[in-house]
Amino acid sequence: MATASHTHHDDHHHDHTPGFVARWFFSTNHKDIGTLYIIFSLFAAIIGIGLSLLMRLELMHPGMQYFADGQMWNAYVSAHGLIMVFFVVMPALIGGFGNWFVPIMIGAPDMAFPRMNNISFWLLVPAFLLLGASMFVGEGAGAGWTIYTPLSDNQFHSSASMDLALFSLHLAGASSIMGAANFITTIFNMRAPGMTLHKMPLFVWSMLVTAFLLLLAVPVLAGAITMLITDRNFGTAFFKPEGGGDPVLFQHLFWFFGHPEVYIMILPGFGIISHIVSTFSRKPVFGYLGMAYAMVAIGFVGFIVWAHHMYSSGMDVDTRAYFMAATMVIAVPTGVKIFSWIATMWGGSIKLDTPMLFAVGFIFLFTVGGVTGVVLANAGIDQVLHNTYYVVAHFHYVLSLGAVFSIYAGFYYWIGKMSGRQYSETLGKLHFWLTFVGVNLTFFPMHFSGNQGMPRRYPDYPDALWGWNFVASVGAIISVVSFVFFFYVVWATFRSGAKAAANPWGPGATTLEWQVASPPPFHTFEELPRLR
Amino acid sequence: MKALMAKRLIVGLGRRLAGVAAGVMGLVLAVPALAQGLVGAPAPWGMGLQPSGGPIKDAIGSFNSLVFGIITVITIFVLVLLAYCVWRFSASRNPNPSTTSHHTGLEIAWTVIPVLILVVIAIPSFRLIYYQDRAQEADLTINVQGRQWYWNYTYADQGNFTFDSYPVQTADLKPGQLRNLEVDNPLVIPVGANVRVMTIGYDVIHSFFVPALGVQKYTIPGRTMETWLRADRPGVYYGQCNQICGTNHWFMPIAVRAVPREEYNAWLADARKRFAQADGSAPAMAAAPATQEPVQIAEARR
Repeated sequence: MATASHTHHDDHHHDHTPGFVARWFFSTNHKDIGTLYIIFSLFAAIIGIGLSLLMRLELMHPGMQYFADGQMWNAYVSAHGLIMVFFVVMPALIGGFGNWFVPIMIGAPDMAFPRMNNISFWLLVPAFLLLGASMFVGEGAGAGWTIYTPLSDNQFHSSASMDLALFSLHLAGASSIMGAANFITTIFNMRAPGMTLHKMPLFVWSMLVTAFLLLLAVPVLAGAITMLITDRNFGTAFFKPEGGGDPVLFQHLFWFFGHPEVYIMILPGFGIISHIVSTFSRKPVFGYLGMAYAMVAIGFVGFIVWAHHMYSSGMDVDTRAYFMAATMVIAVPTGVKIFSWIATMWGGSIKLDTPMLFAVGFIFLFTVGGVTGVVLANAGIDQVLHNTYYVVAHFHYVLSLGAVFSIYAGFYYWIGKMSGRQYSETLGKLHFWLTFVGVNLTFFPMHFSGNQGMPRRYPDYPDALWGWNFVASVGAIISVVSFVFFFYVVWATFRSGAKAAANPWGPGATTLEWQVASPPPFHTFEELPRLR
Repeated sequence: MKALMAKRLIVGLGRRLAGVAAGVMGLVLAVPALAQGLVGAPAPWGMGLQPSGGPIKDAIGSFNSLVFGIITVITIFVLVLLAYCVWRFSASRNPNPSTTSHHTGLEIAWTVIPVLILVVIAIPSFRLIYYQDRAQEADLTINVQGRQWYWNYTYADQGNFTFDSYPVQTADLKPGQLRNLEVDNPLVIPVGANVRVMTIGYDVIHSFFVPALGVQKYTIPGRTMETWLRADRPGVYYGQCNQICGTNHWFMPIAVRAVPREEYNAWLADARKRFAQADGSAPAMAAAPATQEPVQIAEARR
């Protein structure tokens, strides 16, 4: 530990900071790595959202306008999905906010394994490059983000592009597993004296549950895609029926990973929203223990519902009945969270600053995405909605409007803390309303086209479906404008944002990060904080 | 007795909600009533499910209305609570926040009530999936194969003939035909017949999906899977391949033509002459699935 005299310096960016290369490339500081993750996520978002804009422009009118053929389209669809999941949402929520605030919130000097933290981040960069390269090699990896065999097999995707995409997933997976091990170790072993598990802030709880999900789910994906790689390149037949293998086995393995994965993307958001709702209502979180264990319950049940993605894959009807029942059970802990957030607001003293706007928007839109999930959980209805745009609407409501809203909420909530500069409230609110209108206009009509039977991953559709597709495309253009505007907000914040106080939010902000300066010193705690 | 009453209550509620939903959707769902009967296809600005051509879709539709009613009420309830909080407990109207952070009764209530709602959904839901699962007494069996990028149908117990069903290119459409939905050889079934559908894999996974008949099943290489459908109303029911299957995934439509029994018999007699045998051998082996490479008469048309 350094000398105590440095503890209260104001100009903290210069306390013991290494040079540029050492600081940003060999970084072992959780805050710097968090910053790298956030920058990376924003960059990946430009690509991922850019792809979706091109797709929405294609779908704006019937017929093929911009895309050469369906394979190119499929490659875009797949890349969009994989980028948004692995390179935008996860890096922002887990690598970004998780790295930044988990150690501070539990009063730890840094993550447990700072160098492993560094390699977690630097594995993501080549992973992203490999995925990007897959779009320029051969026919492109066009099997959807679910990469079902046999379509992803070498018989139907013969070029190296699919291998590149699979290696990309391997690297991203290794990055996630190391990150998860780091978070679990940090949270279990490095809490400040007095910070018991039941006093831990909910964001830390959410990261703990997320880390366990990652640690248990991602290796299953790694196994599945390793078998796929050997099927493709080394003559095995794990998933090839002509060699005694089974394509449905791949679906089971994929979704055993894939379903926890969707909770991995939303749980950190749950944590962030809890903090923001509590801060801006100036009230402690309602039903803290219920909130924490609801997340544990969601994480646990999330592992035993995977086959609800496979109702059409020929499972026995009794098996479908089980997965249906188990899936609907998830609605209960999710309902506990929604109602506890509302109860936190109830009787509070609510200030609708930008983070709170995004948080309230999150609660409502996540409810919409949640109840359509209950619809889809019913295998009977899923028979006409499976793989349609109804599903696309559902998972964009929980991810694009859920997880992304929580990223924006967290960004506005913490940007003053992270950068020392506060955003402009007017610009932030404008950004919220632009985004809110844009994404709802994009995704709500998809419920209708899905009800009407429009299958997903289609570059062209029957003419009758034009109306809602046109509306969705207009919404997408507004959403992209709002995304560009977000960069302006960021730029304005760094250029002319007011200096942020240690705690700009007042008495509602009670977690430890608001006790340290904005931005926090390079070494946050020279002495471990002590909790009552 | 109690169970019966509960059942009636649920069914009654479902019907009422279905009525409301149908009323709302009727405004936007202007289904063209053509001479050939019902058309099961997307409608311009359609918001609800496609029209129903048979009992499975009827069952899905009424159950969907029940669930739709429940989720609408829940969503509006949450929206109203949020709006009320933001208005009533704004910093200007309520400067001093309360410190309440527990209420055991409330927490039990919002755990138990959702469970009860889920039970209300689950009971008819289970009944529905067991009904959908397979035909009790099938009148005929059709083997369906999804192939890159067309469909192959084999009438296993109707003479064991087989034929391919290719999409009609946009340039070849006749007036009134639907772009991206029309096929050269539709699947023809008799109205009112329970049709057992066996989906069989061929190259990659496809999904046999006809929304208006409420049927969907993957065709997975190495597997034969069973489902069923029935059309009670004559008409044409369109569908599209619903599992990503390569470059023309978007252009392998399905058309099911449901016709009266006499018309079906006439078509069948013609089809037996027109289309090749599935196994090229005597009709005695008719019941066997088409394991051998079927003769692809449509191959030349590609």
